[in-house]
Amino acid sequence: MDTPIIEFERVSKIYQGGAGPVTALHDVTLRIAAGEFIALIGPSGCGKSTLMRLIGDLEQPSNGTVRIKAKTPDQARRDRDYGIVFQSPVLYDWRTIRKNVELPLEIMGRPKEQRHQRAMELLKLVGLGDFGDAYPHQLSGGMQQRASIARALSFAPSILLMDEPFGALDEITRERLQLELLSIWWEAEPRPTVIFVTHSIPEAVFLADRVVVMSPRPGRVQRVVEVNLARPRAFETREDPQFFALVTEVRECLRATETAG
Amino acid sequence: MQATTVSTPAVRSIDQVAKWFHMIWPPVLTFLVAIALWEGAVWLFEIPIYLLPAPSQIMATFLERPWFLLGIGMVTFSNALMGSAIGCSLGVLVAIFCVRWTFVADGLVPLAIAASAVPIIALSPLMGIWLGSVSAASKIGVIAVMTFFPTLVSVYAGLISPRADALLLMRSYAAPQRAVFLKLRMPAALPFLFNALRVCATLSMIGAVVAEFFGGPRNALGVYIKTQAGILRTREAWSAIMVACLYGLIFYLVIVLIERWVMPWKQRHSGQ
Repeated sequence: MDTPIIEFERVSKIYQGGAGPVTALHDVTLRIAAGEFIALIGPSGCGKSTLMRLIGDLEQPSNGTVRIKAKTPDQARRDRDYGIVFQSPVLYDWRTIRKNVELPLEIMGRPKEQRHQRAMELLKLVGLGDFGDAYPHQLSGGMQQRASIARALSFAPSILLMDEPFGALDEITRERLQLELLSIWWEAEPRPTVIFVTHSIPEAVFLADRVVVMSPRPGRVQRVVEVNLARPRAFETREDPQFFALVTEVRECLRATETAG
Repeated sequence: MQATTVSTPAVRSIDQVAKWFHMIWPPVLTFLVAIALWEGAVWLFEIPIYLLPAPSQIMATFLERPWFLLGIGMVTFSNALMGSAIGCSLGVLVAIFCVRWTFVADGLVPLAIAASAVPIIALSPLMGIWLGSVSAASKIGVIAVMTFFPTLVSVYAGLISPRADALLLMRSYAAPQRAVFLKLRMPAALPFLFNALRVCATLSMIGAVVAEFFGGPRNALGVYIKTQAGILRTREAWSAIMVACLYGLIFYLVIVLIERWVMPWKQRHSGQ
């Protein structure tokens, strides 16, 4: 592997809960290469969201070290290395779609012309070219989530963190957006490293280069499944026997975590 | 999960007029029916004029001296405007302090909520002692206190309303505190602010009239209503009450118009 962009070295995260300490993440060691698409999967309570939040400096580890481009997560955040997409789009409802996409650039003090141009470019990329002047509530859930992806990519971050971004969408919209996300990611220049948290096995396999299977109580990495499906992936990829084989593999792996836990 | 079509401005405005018309006719009709019932009842049961004059009589009395009544209404209204301007501005300022220094909020906000339930108008006679019972200052003072607390409570709630995800997003951009305030907390608080302003518009007009019952210049609405009612000139009293309603309504509607202008994204929100 090339020099990893994300490095977890024996990382643990312990929360001080009302009923005593809870270990959300136990002794995780993980290396992720630049430009990789990583899916984190596991039952609830396995710490997959915690892992993502540790990368994004939204939380701090209790033990061990997290390194992002050989920096601390805090430094990486200050360098604007992360774009984040949550399960809900979190668009600011007083801003038009275009202004929402411009928000990070505005905060980073980019000139107006450049902001505007970049926002339009990204809205076209996510298929919302005609909706720049609409307000968020005028768009469907799927379109809102596309806008939030455009916003996360607006400042070309090197790492894209996605916390169950399609979790609230219906199956049809979801499959369409998976395909779109892959092509957006494939075409983005530079291509970001993606950390994608999900509950869905087919989604993880369809999107990722590697699927990190996690187990609960305490949360840890159970196994990492390599997905060697050809890219660019297409609608037909989901009908490929190899795809089924990998889905089965991940599923078996998850079942093993349950019986073990 | 289909997209709502984003209609052109022209189509939207026709739509809006139709919607507006549908919304406006039931209350207008109800109002007219109520007035007609009132008018009918007064004539039918021959209610003496000192108990209840008919709407037509009140209107006629108003039309005899419209400029006089509107003039004294203006004196009272400008107190309401001044008082709520002071009270609401201070409320907003203190709310901002509360967000910046949470220990201020911990101490102050529960008290402010309690104060919102207190009939502040009871302070009127005391304000009269402190600031002069005939002076405008004592009225403005009462209204400022009346409007300060609800504005503080509401705007504070608005400033802390952004959800965790919205704040984390700002954190991920490494946004400075100032940007978090200007680009997230403040716009999020706007609907709360206008809720407060609408309440305060009503509250301040009530406060202005009632405060004048405890004393005020002769050319003020509250004083006029009180003296006219005192000598059973009920038509005059009622026509002055009508003027008070008129100013109160106008104040409220102006706030609503400003709200629509400042928050264009809210307009069609209610339709969903």
